[in-house]
Amino acid sequence: MTVTLFAFYLFSITAVMSALFVVVARNPVHSVLWLILTFFSAASMFVLMGAEFVAMLLAIVYVGAVAVLFLFVVMMLDVDFVELKSGMQKYFLIGSSIGLVLLMELGLVISHWKVAPEAGSLLQSPTPSIDETHNTLALGQILYSDYIYLFQIAGLILLTAMIGAIVLTLRHRTDVKRQNVVDQMQRDPADAMEVITVKSGQGL
Amino acid sequence: MIPVEYYLTVAALLFVIGIFGIFLNRKNVIVILMSIELMLLAVNINFVAFSTHLNDLAGQVFTLFILTVAAAEAAIGLAILVCFFRVRGTIAVEDINVMKG
Repeated sequence: MTVTLFAFYLFSITAVMSALFVVVARNPVHSVLWLILTFFSAASMFVLMGAEFVAMLLAIVYVGAVAVLFLFVVMMLDVDFVELKSGMQKYFLIGSSIGLVLLMELGLVISHWKVAPEAGSLLQSPTPSIDETHNTLALGQILYSDYIYLFQIAGLILLTAMIGAIVLTLRHRTDVKRQNVVDQMQRDPADAMEVITVKSGQGL
Repeated sequence: MIPVEYYLTVAALLFVIGIFGIFLNRKNVIVILMSIELMLLAVNINFVAFSTHLNDLAGQVFTLFILTVAAAEAAIGLAILVCFFRVRGTIAVEDINVMKG
């Protein structure tokens, strides 16, 4: 068994096992932590395949942003997760039977597919030799030229998601006192205070 | 070089685990969103496996776009979740019937 094959088995078994723990874990915080492990093992598998840019992107975007977002939300919401877990046994049977059927179907597909003979001439953007161009450079060269419109649309999708998330979660609370800077600037001494001459011994 | 079928098997397993998770956690929206992330990860593994197997970089470009859409989906989904929790005080799926749909 070569080192590569050993690394593949290590990462794939870690990925599948931690993915299983994501769905069966009792505590959602643990689910998120298992999810992070799954993403790391998948990123390692991408490195094994030679797609190191996508691997780093997976580590940065998924682990650094998405998983932390999940963690924030799980910790922020005060939810009784034990109550949500009830009835899990009821769905276990139907869930596992549907999963088994799907797995058998996918197994049939994986064991019987073959590459079409003319596939070699239909390549959209053939990978350049690794000696001349490494993965990140090659990906950048086609991403900013052939796929520039898709790249722009991806940016637009992210902008929409950002605006949507802000609009959904931003709220103006009326029950808290806030500083109003404009009001403070508009004040002038004439109507803010008054000088009164008080006669001695009398008071106001 | 590891045969592409090995990666396809891992991706199929991850995808099935994602679907199994949706059935298993019918009440908990957060875990359902995590299961969807698992399924998208399985799709990404398939794309990259075929991309390296067929020597075509387009698969990895598609992976980037799936990643983008997955991140946007997670952000919007969690924002809706936070919004809903403020209104109803729960995230159980069967309580989400405000619109009587």
